[in-house]
Amino acid sequence: MKVALLSVMRAVVPVMFVFLLLVAPPFLSSFLLTLVTQALIYAIVAMSLDIILGYTGLASLGHAAYFGLGAYSVGILATRYGAGFGITLPTGVFLALVVAAIFGLVALRATGVYFLMITLALGMVVWGLAHRWVTMTQGDNGISAIPRPDLGLPWSLARSIPFYYFALAGFLIAFWILRTIVRSPFGQTLVGIRESESRMRTLGYNVWLHKYIGFVIAGGFAGFAGVLWAYYNGFVSPVDLQLATSVEVLLMVALGGRATLIGPALGAAIIVFLKNLVSVYTHRWLLILGAVYILTIVYAPEGILGGIKWRPKKVKPKTLGVKDLTEGEIGG
Amino acid sequence: MEFWVTQTFNGISYGALLFLLAGGLSLIFGMMRIVNMTHGSYYLLGGYVGLSTIWRGGNFPLAILAGALAIALIGIAEWNAFLKRLGGQELGQVLTTMGFALIFQDLALIIWGGDPYTIPVPAMLSGAYHVGEIYFPVYRVFIIAVAAFVALLLWLLLEQTRVGAMMRATVDDPEMARGVGINVHGISMIVFALGALLAAVAGVVAGGFVGVYPGADFEILPYAFVVVIVGGMGSLKGALIGSLLVGLLDNFGKALFPELSYFTLFAPMAAILALRPTGLYGRA
Repeated sequence: MKVALLSVMRAVVPVMFVFLLLVAPPFLSSFLLTLVTQALIYAIVAMSLDIILGYTGLASLGHAAYFGLGAYSVGILATRYGAGFGITLPTGVFLALVVAAIFGLVALRATGVYFLMITLALGMVVWGLAHRWVTMTQGDNGISAIPRPDLGLPWSLARSIPFYYFALAGFLIAFWILRTIVRSPFGQTLVGIRESESRMRTLGYNVWLHKYIGFVIAGGFAGFAGVLWAYYNGFVSPVDLQLATSVEVLLMVALGGRATLIGPALGAAIIVFLKNLVSVYTHRWLLILGAVYILTIVYAPEGILGGIKWRPKKVKPKTLGVKDLTEGEIGG
Repeated sequence: MEFWVTQTFNGISYGALLFLLAGGLSLIFGMMRIVNMTHGSYYLLGGYVGLSTIWRGGNFPLAILAGALAIALIGIAEWNAFLKRLGGQELGQVLTTMGFALIFQDLALIIWGGDPYTIPVPAMLSGAYHVGEIYFPVYRVFIIAVAAFVALLLWLLLEQTRVGAMMRATVDDPEMARGVGINVHGISMIVFALGALLAAVAGVVAGGFVGVYPGADFEILPYAFVVVIVGGMGSLKGALIGSLLVGLLDNFGKALFPELSYFTLFAPMAAILALRPTGLYGRA
């Protein structure tokens, strides 16, 4: 019974959610609408990080780099060369993919703490370029006045409702592709690697190649989100790819629940809303954000969705321990 | 010639500062595998406590002492309340310590405001030595001397004392160390406090050199991390060599290729890690 109810919910809830997102704009104030738009874009970054953090089990401290590469591609191409969406999108995603492909070669030689630290150093390489390569990136001033893209549609994306649907389309496409990936044999292999790398290797899987492809895919989607972000914000700066942003994306994934895909999207929404709503009432939002970091780890280490069992309970491999033996004796 | 000597000297003195900051962080990493994003905050808060000490009429040595002790206590509290439970959970450590870093950043802003300050240094440490055409600021020589002194003390502590032997044992194999009766938790707490204390000393010393200002915490943090990963976690020698390498690369990068300066710092680091993922002197 319970399983049947769960599977009905699993089918109905996403449909309802998409429906709500589709009909929401007229009911929202323009402030709330921009927040939902922001949340949708950050949700893409968080879901992309979930591929390596949640599904593969590698915590990256440099994920904002790919987001920034996508955003800066738009900033530079659109303001300097007047490039349209048809050029900025492929360039941004391609650049993020290429850099992830290079960084992945270096980073995936390590695991655990070392992986964290190497991705941090690599993220700082990209941040350093944004911060200091002033002739290209305008340094700390950032690149402003990025025009919204013209897709040749009857609705101008300069207005907030059409742009909301634009971001929503981007989110749904990214979610659909990422969900297909994690449910594919490839995605299942990543989970296998997370659970036991040595076992997967023994079974004949090319562990390194799977991790590498996962890493590059994650980078590509973060770049895609960066492209949308630059158009949404009209402004890119080194803040978009600094260390604190990378950690914030980690928080989104941890808060929502690792390896759930929709959890990180939810985490992204919570953090975006929290940051913006709290800063309306108080200047002390850093204190509150800091507390959210700590409380997440203390009270919800598995994240919001991580605590809920969506699938039938996993059967733990049984090992015969002392406890089992004594229990057996008492039972018999 | 003058350019090279001056820049090398500047690089070494910056490296000396980084060693103060990263030496303790390296031990924390090596021993507890704790990724501590709060380390930059210890540096910043140490500088601010030193500044307040001087504002209240204290002298420079007292400022260093006050900063070091105050931050060591904060470190002990943070470790005891949260971090000691998070062994082996890198994500939990990163997020918890990041939370503290944000809280400390905001508290520092509330208490000390947003203006940059310089910690006044004693007259005997200002001025410069002249060697021919070249000037060597006394304060930079002082930083190098402090770092050398701290390196010597740490070496003596680690290599020549019983507590040091316990620390090395804990770095090498915590389980085995526990097995032979070493109080691993107690040792870990001492090391964590020591790391925080050294970061605070670095903060006060840096206050007379680059100043104390909001944002210094997250500015210096990546440097400390890079020193540790390049040198190898838990290795004192690695931290020393890593600090000098980072100090020199950073200084020459900024002087020779200002536009690419962070790139010239972090890219060689990444290259070293590509060849030796555990750093120059690290063990897997």
